[in-house]
Amino acid sequence: MALSGGRVSGSHSMDKSITLPPDEIFRNLENAKRFAIDIGGSLTKLAYYSTVQHKVAKVRSFDHSAKETDGDPLYEISVQEEITARLHFIKFENAYIETCLDFIKDHLVNTETKVIKATGGGAYKFKDLIEKKLKLKVDKEDEMTCLIKGCNFVLKNIPHEAFVYAKHADSEFRFQNTHPDIFPYLLINIGSGVSIVKVESEDKFERIGGSSIGGGTFWGLGALLTKTKRFDELLQLASKGQHNNVDMLVKDIYGGAYGSLGLTGDLIASSFGKSATTDKEFSKEDMAKSLLHMISNDIGQLACLYAKLHNLTRVYFGGFFIRGHPVTMHTITYSINFFTKGEVQALFLRHEGYLGAIGAFLKGAEEDNPNQYSWGENYAGSSGLMSVSPELNPVQRARSGTFDMLEMDRLERQLVNLPLLQDATSYIPDTMDLTEDALALKRAVASQKDQPEAAERAEKFRQKYRHKLQTLRHQPFAYGSLTVRSLLDTREHCLNEFNFPDPYSKIKQKENDMALKYYLKVVKALEELSWEQRQFILVKGLLAGNVFDWGAKAVSDVLESDPEFGFEQAKQQLQERPWLVDSYNQWIERMKGPPHKCALFFVDNSGIDIILGVFPFIRELMIRGTEVVLASNSGPALNDVTNTGPTPNQKAPSVSQEQTHFQAALKEDRLALVQSGSSSPCLDLSRLDKVLATVVRERGTDLVIIEGMGRAIHTNYYARLSCESLKLAVIKNSWLAERLGGKIFSVVFKYEVPLKTHGEH
Amino acid sequence: MDKAKSVMDQNGSGAGHTNGLHKPVRRQLSNGSCVQFSATDDNHPHLQTEPQINGSPAKRCRLRRRLESARRNRPPFPWFGMDIGGTLVKLVYFEPKDITAEEEQEEVENLKSIRRYLTSNTAYGKTGVRDVHLEVRNLTICGRTGNLHFIRFPTIAMHRFIQMGRDKHFSSLHTTLCATGGGAYKFENDFRTFDELDCLIQGLLFIDSVGFNGHPECYYFDNPSDTHNSIKRPCRLDNLFPMLLVNIGSGVSILAVNSKDNYKRVTGTSLGGGTFLGLCCLLTGCETFEEALEMASKGDSTNVDKLVKDIYGGDYQRFGLQGSAVASSFGHMMSKEKRDSISKEDLARATLVTITNNIGSIARMCAVNEKIERVVFVGNFLRINTVSTKLLAYAMDFWSKGQLRALFLEHEGYFGAVGAFLELLKSSEEA
Repeated sequence: MALSGGRVSGSHSMDKSITLPPDEIFRNLENAKRFAIDIGGSLTKLAYYSTVQHKVAKVRSFDHSAKETDGDPLYEISVQEEITARLHFIKFENAYIETCLDFIKDHLVNTETKVIKATGGGAYKFKDLIEKKLKLKVDKEDEMTCLIKGCNFVLKNIPHEAFVYAKHADSEFRFQNTHPDIFPYLLINIGSGVSIVKVESEDKFERIGGSSIGGGTFWGLGALLTKTKRFDELLQLASKGQHNNVDMLVKDIYGGAYGSLGLTGDLIASSFGKSATTDKEFSKEDMAKSLLHMISNDIGQLACLYAKLHNLTRVYFGGFFIRGHPVTMHTITYSINFFTKGEVQALFLRHEGYLGAIGAFLKGAEEDNPNQYSWGENYAGSSGLMSVSPELNPVQRARSGTFDMLEMDRLERQLVNLPLLQDATSYIPDTMDLTEDALALKRAVASQKDQPEAAERAEKFRQKYRHKLQTLRHQPFAYGSLTVRSLLDTREHCLNEFNFPDPYSKIKQKENDMALKYYLKVVKALEELSWEQRQFILVKGLLAGNVFDWGAKAVSDVLESDPEFGFEQAKQQLQERPWLVDSYNQWIERMKGPPHKCALFFVDNSGIDIILGVFPFIRELMIRGTEVVLASNSGPALNDVTNTGPTPNQKAPSVSQEQTHFQAALKEDRLALVQSGSSSPCLDLSRLDKVLATVVRERGTDLVIIEGMGRAIHTNYYARLSCESLKLAVIKNSWLAERLGGKIFSVVFKYEVPLKTHGEH
Repeated sequence: MDKAKSVMDQNGSGAGHTNGLHKPVRRQLSNGSCVQFSATDDNHPHLQTEPQINGSPAKRCRLRRRLESARRNRPPFPWFGMDIGGTLVKLVYFEPKDITAEEEQEEVENLKSIRRYLTSNTAYGKTGVRDVHLEVRNLTICGRTGNLHFIRFPTIAMHRFIQMGRDKHFSSLHTTLCATGGGAYKFENDFRTFDELDCLIQGLLFIDSVGFNGHPECYYFDNPSDTHNSIKRPCRLDNLFPMLLVNIGSGVSILAVNSKDNYKRVTGTSLGGGTFLGLCCLLTGCETFEEALEMASKGDSTNVDKLVKDIYGGDYQRFGLQGSAVASSFGHMMSKEKRDSISKEDLARATLVTITNNIGSIARMCAVNEKIERVVFVGNFLRINTVSTKLLAYAMDFWSKGQLRALFLEHEGYFGAVGAFLELLKSSEEA
């Protein structure tokens, strides 16, 4: 029966005195188009599309055939403007709606937009106001359709969108990976009533059931019983109450558990049962708590019955009853666990409040086909998941109560799974979830603070990034699981935000130039070695190159010196064998065998790392007859090799005999350069450029090499691939080294051959 | 007593309810006081209705011998069965009507006074009530004929009941009184206790088999979709199994019963009769179930609940929801103005409708999940509660599109007590 929406408006009076900081709340309004609005009982969600210009670093190669002077740079980096599509979603209280509409009107330059898509119970109420203020025609969309559309969108596009809530666990939130296949699922929307919707595909969903006992019942009955008006206050009351003063428990009747039926003594036998038989006053808190349990348990029970009947295991909960309230997430989770005996997990969504607005927006933007692109959450512009629990963080709570934002950037390419993942559905990129590890969290956040930045880093970036780190310290789960990967991504987003296209480009360029000049020497030296010796030096070179990572403070001193010295120095620094993780012998045995068909190499750092470490290594592979695919970051990340940065074809010309070697390989397609699709120093194998996936599949890739601390340790350390893999890195910070039982500069050399699964013949 | 005859016939063939009495597994709750019966037919307790006296002399002779043996095996009077629930105590009392003058003389004085007290009154103290309309007359059990009386009083008065027994030096109470229900544990020292759900099912099957003074025990509603004009129709519980048994007491237990001794508790909900009364007491200040129901019968829940049409102006066609469906129970009460102007009767009605609809919804889902088409509602929540019975009948019919039928039983809340009473007769085998 129950339907979402149609809630009564909050008890706020219109507050028009609020002033809006334009560059923080309604960003990019100048280019905004395609508006959508979702007006609920107390919150309004506005969505629009904009384009953002930002600078990107582009590489221009010189004509190398003309001359070769030692002092000249081999290539030049220029900065160009690029346009990214961005989706903006802003959530605010209905009380501010007029102020916000005025603000938008004043800042809206682009007038080609004629229509605003609207959904939610309040859309009707504010229709005239919107049309008058914005001069846009309000076009109403079905609420549930929008909700489902929005849900599909976030589940597909936002990593760590869904989470399991565990109140008493070390980590309150356990985030789920994005699955390539999100259907079918059950969405339980708890608005004033409850709707139970089965979603089978992008366009196919069905309301299979519902209940009239929902958020409105909690609110309405709660207000009658406790004389408390506001929903939030009722939840607060409930969180302080003892339900067993009001409820009749199994033990109140049976004295203990009803063992033969498996009913424990603490189970509620009759909600409000004590108020039927006892002639006494009950506290507001206790009644609110009892009511909360009654409603949560009832919804959980129905959800389980429907999940069972339709054989569904993915059950998402949303609606204003849930909306990030730890109290209700806890009681719903408890109920689901109880009724399914743990077979079904209650899942919640980080951006649950935005679903309707996202859906309405998508409805209006169908001609732009947003669903054919991959989108990513912009951590710099999004406020993240806020706990509404007043005890947790009063400051955050105040802010989340007024304005809350989500921004999503359109990614240049579609992102897909690496086809070589053994089990894509269980793949977790991150080795450690920092939110589950208080100590690691502290260290990781602290290490970010001390980051040596490029000289020109701006105060603004510093402030923003600092603010984000602050947020993460208080709310580690704001953007999903906090991992080294998400930390570094946040940093990249903040850098982009303030137009540092590639703050490291100058340094990279300098380093590359120096390294290139040393490359020939390295190759020559290698050729003089015996096969066995050469293989070891090649691997050592890879590892030594990996020491040069801007992200780690420990090597910054070495970098100041000249690369030749630095490279040799680095080799000296390396841990002696046996390494911390050492499967070098197995690797050598394998190298004595037939060549691999194709190796996919995820490269890490530019400069010394790639030029003196990676190039000689892949050169050897190619000589053996193995095709090589070099995958590098799409966006700039620290001093990582960027795809637009120096690649073998650019530096090869400087070294005459090598020129032929790499260029011929490129020409003959034995060497391919592709973008990974990521702009992070870490690597998420479930979100890779579609082109890369195609290349990998077409070439029959049978070896994956992942290099560097971010890609091979912080992420993917436990990733299982369906082909051979080599994960190697030098551990460059002491807390991580300690954690893995080693010392700084310990070496991880992990060569793995997939186990044949039992089913295979 | 046509019904009685058929039951007696069944008794001979062993196909009746009696076999159900020797469930092989005894629950822990029985506190070890219950013995297992051997499976031979001769040792069965004899539960039979009025014997036919007009048979041949030889037959009569056989009958007399059986009666004699029954006499030896049957327990001494008084015969009680008790179900101590979360809110109410249900008591069944067998009043023998075939007492001979000799017996009358032998009868202990206080036993006599108990019998007279119980059968000559319809109210006991302030809160005890005998449901005269439920009395089953001329029932023959263990060779004795009499009337079965149905009495209830609040669980909080239980200690007074015990005290009364002590005051009257009714020392044999603990051996003769069989009790079941959640509350029985508190009186394990006073009575012999039996598993609640076993008693419920055996009691139900027994009453259904003996009938209700010549009428069927069971009924349903014709034309359930129109709650104002639906008509109560008696019916026989043919093809009993499988049935979904929804027992609505303070809380709700839902059982899937596949045969007389094969059942499982599918689920339950804490939103039951106790919730209705508890919330009503808090919202309206009423004190009794009768008062709450009386108010509910006069109220209008649509002033309290938010309907689909209150939100969408009419039907929500995208999902085929009627405008008159409840979208949010108590949804109107989110508004202060509406809270300030609402009547107690409307609140009581809304509470009743909310709880009833929810039970209907869960019961229907269970029936579908368990693939059972017969849903039987019992429990004292349904006592004098036609609003709920009609609503449940409507809900089952509506949500199942006519596939499910809600069935009700006249002795709605007493089956547990009847089951305990049967345990007493069975336990005479012990001797």
